[in-house]
Amino acid sequence: MTPLLSVRDLTKRYGARIGCADVAFDLYPGEVMGIVGESGSGKTTLLNCLAGHLAPDTGEVIFDTRADGPLDTLTMSEPERRMLGRTDWAFVHQHARDGLRMGVSAGGNVGERLMAVGARHYGNIREQAVDWLGRVEIAADRVDDRPTAFSGGMQQRLQIARNLVTGPRLVFMDEPTGGLDVSVQARLLDLLRGLVRDMGLSAIIVTHDLAVVRLLADRLMVMKDGYVVETGLTDQVLDDPQHAYSQLLVSSVLQV
Amino acid sequence: MTEYNFAYLDEQTKRMIRRAILKGLAIPGYQVPFASREMPMPYGWGTGGVQVSAATLTPDDTFKVIDQGADDTTNAVSIRKFFERTAGVATTTKTSDATVIQTRHRIPEEELTEDQILVYQVPIPEPLRYLEPRETETRKMHSLEEYGLMHVKLYEDISRHGHIATSYDYPVKVEGRYVMAPSPIPKFDNPKMEMPAIQLFGAGREQRIYALPPYTEVVSLDFEDHPFDPSKAPHPCGLCGAADSYLDEVITDDQGGRMFVCSDTDYCESRRAAGYRGAMAGEDA
Repeated sequence: MTPLLSVRDLTKRYGARIGCADVAFDLYPGEVMGIVGESGSGKTTLLNCLAGHLAPDTGEVIFDTRADGPLDTLTMSEPERRMLGRTDWAFVHQHARDGLRMGVSAGGNVGERLMAVGARHYGNIREQAVDWLGRVEIAADRVDDRPTAFSGGMQQRLQIARNLVTGPRLVFMDEPTGGLDVSVQARLLDLLRGLVRDMGLSAIIVTHDLAVVRLLADRLMVMKDGYVVETGLTDQVLDDPQHAYSQLLVSSVLQV
Repeated sequence: MTEYNFAYLDEQTKRMIRRAILKGLAIPGYQVPFASREMPMPYGWGTGGVQVSAATLTPDDTFKVIDQGADDTTNAVSIRKFFERTAGVATTTKTSDATVIQTRHRIPEEELTEDQILVYQVPIPEPLRYLEPRETETRKMHSLEEYGLMHVKLYEDISRHGHIATSYDYPVKVEGRYVMAPSPIPKFDNPKMEMPAIQLFGAGREQRIYALPPYTEVVSLDFEDHPFDPSKAPHPCGLCGAADSYLDEVITDDQGGRMFVCSDTDYCESRRAAGYRGAMAGEDA
């Protein structure tokens, strides 16, 4: 089986400091991988390098494209990479405001990706927008409201709908539950788990919340100071951490 | 006049502007940056159009200025006087006599010819501006032909008003490539942009020039189920009776009285001179 995303020797430096170094992994279709680590460990840098938002210094990010098979996304042309960014990839930002157009209605936000890939029939676009709002549990009568009128949890769900509407195969999520209260987090996680399973999505989830990866991720990568210190199945890493930092991380979670 | 260089600007500046115009004509719809000069009028009064006109005019040209279709409003009168003084060119109000026409927010009703140049004053040359505030990003979107966002604006119109409510500065696609802001002309004028005359667009504050060569394909953006509609007020002109021209609504009293008249004053006057009479033309015409 061809991996959907195959990363080799990825390194990003900020001058003399290391963003992330020597990262390598394979992600197979339908697999969800979690990246955990403390603040400043290079999680977000890594994610941005993978999603093409940052240019890494060395390494390869090989994505199995629909049309042409495995291609290195770092050497492909910018139009191709941006096309991937609005068709096969999705990026869920930590703050919904970064991923939404706040001055555009919910329906317009969801429809933007459809129009970006050439949809030109208003009725169909709107129908799909309403359908997707329903899937993320936003009432159909809110379709013409702006995201500014939505709660934080609704904004985050809207951002997810907006990203998934074109049926991407790989979703990058940067702390999707950050800044939400726990009950809203629980609903969002439940929703995400359902969507990931139903659509057969592959996902890379960056988080510092171990509960999130426990629920969503099949595999786990633990980062510290820019390096990957431990990888393995989620349950294996969380229940039997080997590296000293992973042990610290797991034992730092408050038990309620 | 000898105190001014011909048409106010110095020759080097005019050469610079002409280079931008030629580049704009070579790449229809592409916004060419240029080093816009301070002009003796405020931004928003047509500084871009004036610079393009200054670079375009020759001593043999006949110059016409229209403001919202009219030859006799402040903006039109002052720009026409400006070039009378600084270039000494002949001026006219008759569309067919002019060789260079500077316009604010209208295209003349009378069909233009291959011997004419139409210069537009443009306040905001970037059609994507209100959707994407970053200039770096909009330039990238133009260069990569990513125009989905433009339809988001039209989508918002329909979802809020039930139809595409954008009625002026209606975005167009030029030769299947660049999306362009046609300056705030009414969308009624959009179909006229495929014309024999050269069209030049100057934005002084934003420092951009763009252009349409003659007979360039200009398509107004729309949705399959909400096609482009070049609408106008459903009335004939009150003075000349024309049913095919773009109309201004004029309030005539405080009893709800109003009339619709051609916004193109030259078109209206020449029709009346030819004997056409509208329903309200009776006593003073």
